Amino acid sequence: MAKKISKIAVFTALALILSYIEAVLPFSIGIPGVKLGLSNIVTVTALYYFGVKETVGITLIRVVIIGILFGNIPSLIYSLSGAFLSLITMIICKKLKLSVIGVSAIGGVFHNIGQLIAAAFMLYSEALIYYYPVLFISGLVTGFLIGLASTPVIKNLHKIKSGS
Amino acid sequence: MNKRDFIAIGVVILLSVIGFLTFTLNQKSGDNVKITVDKQDYGTYPLSKNDEFSIKTDSGYNTVVIENGRVYIKDADCRDKYCVNQGKIKSGSIVCLPHKLVVEVVSDNDSIDAVVK
Repeated sequence: MAKKISKIAVFTALALILSYIEAVLPFSIGIPGVKLGLSNIVTVTALYYFGVKETVGITLIRVVIIGILFGNIPSLIYSLSGAFLSLITMIICKKLKLSVIGVSAIGGVFHNIGQLIAAAFMLYSEALIYYYPVLFISGLVTGFLIGLASTPVIKNLHKIKSGS
Repeated sequence: MNKRDFIAIGVVILLSVIGFLTFTLNQKSGDNVKITVDKQDYGTYPLSKNDEFSIKTDSGYNTVVIENGRVYIKDADCRDKYCVNQGKIKSGSIVCLPHKLVVEVVSDNDSIDAVVK
């Protein structure tokens, strides 16, 4: 149990560092709302390494701490909405036997949808809906890249799981 | 990657293409600029008349400029400046999330001014 808690803590710390790196050095390509989402490598990996409960915990702690440190209340709402819609879809996609890359790509798309829904709700404007095709494609691409990065991590972590 | 991945990714790409085509084909090139701040109507201005005004909200300001039939946000004191980077538009909309500001190009029949005229 103690071993598991410390492992979860390491995952959470890693997610925080990756979020921090992205907050300090944004890999912006000039399209509003598009970012790589490095910390999703941890979310995807945790989903395969631990399971649903632990991943929900890690994600919640990461989003709240990053929100308090670097954001404000609106940005926290966008992040929560994006992170959890993404997580729910990833859990469903994993159950539907998609590969890590597929799970991550669809998760990326729904991360953007979650943020768009939160933004549309807060602005009470349908003007944002026109933006969805851009966010779909960008979420797909970033999610794909995150999945590509997570695949070897998950494979190698499972190797040391039994030995640790 | 397996067959299910390709199906899921294919559906997303298809939906994006459909959405993109629908919005592009239906995009009305309007004559007026409608500005909404925090869900409230701020005002509607003609695109044909050059104009510049600063919109102050509780969270900051945005300088909106109408110039030669196009509208853009010249300056804002938000952190990311996405609204400024969205450039000059003559159709569609510019959104500034932190200031809850929406700048939309609308056609005559959508605006209140048209009724008054």
